[in-house]
Amino acid sequence: MLKNRPMGGWLKFRLIIVLLAWVFAILFLLPTLSGKSVAFLPKEKIRLGLDLQGGTHLLLEVKTEEALSNFLTRLKTEITESLKSKRIFALQAEVVNSKIELLLLNEEMIPPFEKFLADEYPNLKMEEVKRIGDRVKVTLSLDPKEQQNIEDSAVDQALETIRNRIDQLGVTEPEIARQGERRILVQLPGIKDPERAKSIIGKTALLEFKLVDEEHDLQEALSGKVPEGSIILYGIKRDKNTGRLVKIPYLLKEKTLLTGDAVKNARVAFGEFNRPYISLTFTSWGAKEFERITGENVGKRLAIILDGTVYSAPVIREKISGGKAVIEGDFTIEEARDLAIVLRAGALPASLGILEERTVGPSLGKDLVEKGVRAVIIGGLLVLLFMIIYYRFFGVVADLALILNLLLVLAVMVMLKATLTLPGIAGLALTVGMGVDANILIFERIKEESREGKPYKAALDNGYSRTLLTIFDAQITTLIAALFLFQFGTGPIKGFAVTLSLGILINLFTSIFVTKAIFDWLFQARVLKELRL
Amino acid sequence: MFTLRPSKEIDFVGKKTIALTISLVFVFLSILLLIIKGPNYGIDFIGGTIIDIRFEKDIPLDSLRMVLDSIGLKDAIIQPSGKNEYLIRTKASSEALKGIRQALEGKLVETLKEKFEIRQVEMVGPKVGKDLKSKGLKAMAFVLIGLLIYISWRFEFRFAVGAILALIHDVLITLGAFIFSGREFNLPIVAALLTILGYSINDTIVVYDRIRENMKKTEANLERIINRSINETLSRTILTSFTTVIAVLMLLFFGEGVVKDLSFTLTIGIIVGTYSSIYIASPIVILFEKVKRK
Repeated sequence: MLKNRPMGGWLKFRLIIVLLAWVFAILFLLPTLSGKSVAFLPKEKIRLGLDLQGGTHLLLEVKTEEALSNFLTRLKTEITESLKSKRIFALQAEVVNSKIELLLLNEEMIPPFEKFLADEYPNLKMEEVKRIGDRVKVTLSLDPKEQQNIEDSAVDQALETIRNRIDQLGVTEPEIARQGERRILVQLPGIKDPERAKSIIGKTALLEFKLVDEEHDLQEALSGKVPEGSIILYGIKRDKNTGRLVKIPYLLKEKTLLTGDAVKNARVAFGEFNRPYISLTFTSWGAKEFERITGENVGKRLAIILDGTVYSAPVIREKISGGKAVIEGDFTIEEARDLAIVLRAGALPASLGILEERTVGPSLGKDLVEKGVRAVIIGGLLVLLFMIIYYRFFGVVADLALILNLLLVLAVMVMLKATLTLPGIAGLALTVGMGVDANILIFERIKEESREGKPYKAALDNGYSRTLLTIFDAQITTLIAALFLFQFGTGPIKGFAVTLSLGILINLFTSIFVTKAIFDWLFQARVLKELRL
Repeated sequence: MFTLRPSKEIDFVGKKTIALTISLVFVFLSILLLIIKGPNYGIDFIGGTIIDIRFEKDIPLDSLRMVLDSIGLKDAIIQPSGKNEYLIRTKASSEALKGIRQALEGKLVETLKEKFEIRQVEMVGPKVGKDLKSKGLKAMAFVLIGLLIYISWRFEFRFAVGAILALIHDVLITLGAFIFSGREFNLPIVAALLTILGYSINDTIVVYDRIRENMKKTEANLERIINRSINETLSRTILTSFTTVIAVLMLLFFGEGVVKDLSFTLTIGIIVGTYSSIYIASPIVILFEKVKRK
């Protein structure tokens, strides 16, 4: 029957394309639907968004002002030391509101100080000079460009550190991206213990080595008279008898001798009574520094400080070479393991705040997928059924096109590695509903044309050609809205924009090209002899 | 074979005064609702925390209440959702890493014997929501401008004005209905409103296209051409809206979470959009003409 008439080359070509579209859709969806993958064929499954597969979405803010004030504090220590050697006397030095405030002995100190500043710290500006009795208070501010630089690189560095830490957590396909000036977006699909991930990501992990100040009295310092150049920090110990946590004060030299930058590796080891501790290996540069520091300070106590808490302050018995050190403390194995991770991955330049957290447990995600898919399928079946009831055979052809439309959207998403989210499923439902629009337009037009007495072929062709522009106009306007939606939205909403726009674009192909090819073929093969719409 | 096509032309344009009056009343009511009641902004906009927690067996609500009080969440609302499942909502949010979830988890383990699973945590800080409103409005404005340009280019400016006014009408009334329903206004609702802009203009364009085609064919006056065009495309307008509403309604019935509110908004928007493309978008063009002639 098919051979009654020779098929035109153009029609053959069109039918082949329709066939290829089906093959393409099925090939790309096979792994998603069957769960199996076949050699030589696409293996990717459709990516589910965090809201569907479970996981954690974090929007973090880097407290860049902290990075700035850390930088200024280092600068301040440096300046006070070099001032001493130049015999410019500063009685007090403080960092206040991202500015350095120095209290100079008297007015005579100003000219040499100005010269010193211009020579060695050209990026610092004297913002204010105020006389307080004999003393002079000088306020120094950093060049705004330099400030911007420090804040900027703090965010970059934080991003890098977070990435390192997440890599060590073993999350598959995490997404870590900078957003705007100081925000970092972290997406952790399928993560089982979001709280642990959060604490690992957010730990500043600033490791510092400082000398214990043994020249001054701790009690006196605690009563409020902290000597210049020293600070009080606390350690936490668990009381063996009561089991309570006790804070132990330490009087330390403010100057940091070495930081976590010098650490190459950190791992958990076990000591007496199987107590975990962390063993540090220094980089070659760090090892030399450590050797020098311990060599110069034999007999003194060196405090090991992590994020402002003193972990231990052992006495340096001899020069330590070999580039190793240990951190001991009251930790559990898990704590020690997580600590080792953050020490390996490096410190954050500043602490992080959580602006937004969205965590979906895996059971909820699965529920949502099932319910969403069921809703789309029921809606789809109703639409398919309606089309058949209303348009009979023409409805069947439109239905085939609609099914192909839906499959192609998903297949293209697999191909583009786009993510299906919960609102994305809503976008699919909308595609199902709107997907038959073009065919309804065409069929209604064909009815009109044949009512006017046109022969079926002409009615069919006119039905398509006269509605073509309308369909384009209608789809493009929806596309305009979808594009702005994509611009506006975050993760899940983007997923909505994705399925909606793909649905519209593919619909142009399925509802016009595919159905026309099928009708032409059916007429040519004389399966359809007349229009019964 | 049955068809939706009426045997006689329905006089849509002739009823434009009634239709416009009804529409104006609804638009006015919506604006009133928007000003007086305002959207019930959800955590996406005002910040806060929602924790979805499911217990293995049911627990007395009082004990959950006590746990919440003890971690400083006196203002928290406990909302049952599903079997042994509760939503805990609070305006509080925490920037700290060890946030509300951890405090709650710790206290629950300490005081309750039942096993539980935290199914979902949503925490939005106040900083995030702040710029969302203006961002949403901006997106809306950009879509309208984009459509205005496109339609002016494809049709005529007077048509574009009609289409845009109809769209604003659709979004306002949908928003009014949404506010009236008391549902929580979150990010996906903005997405739904944007989608309505895109969807509702479809119907209008189909009618406009037919008007343009008929204007080439006959010399009849604009009013008659418009009315005939609306009639000729009527079956399509209704059929398409019908299939779309079916698909979206299924989401409302069977879906869960944000999808429910999304489909509610879409359903209203589609219905209002369909009405406006018949009664508002084209009649406004006639009105626009009359005003211009004066």
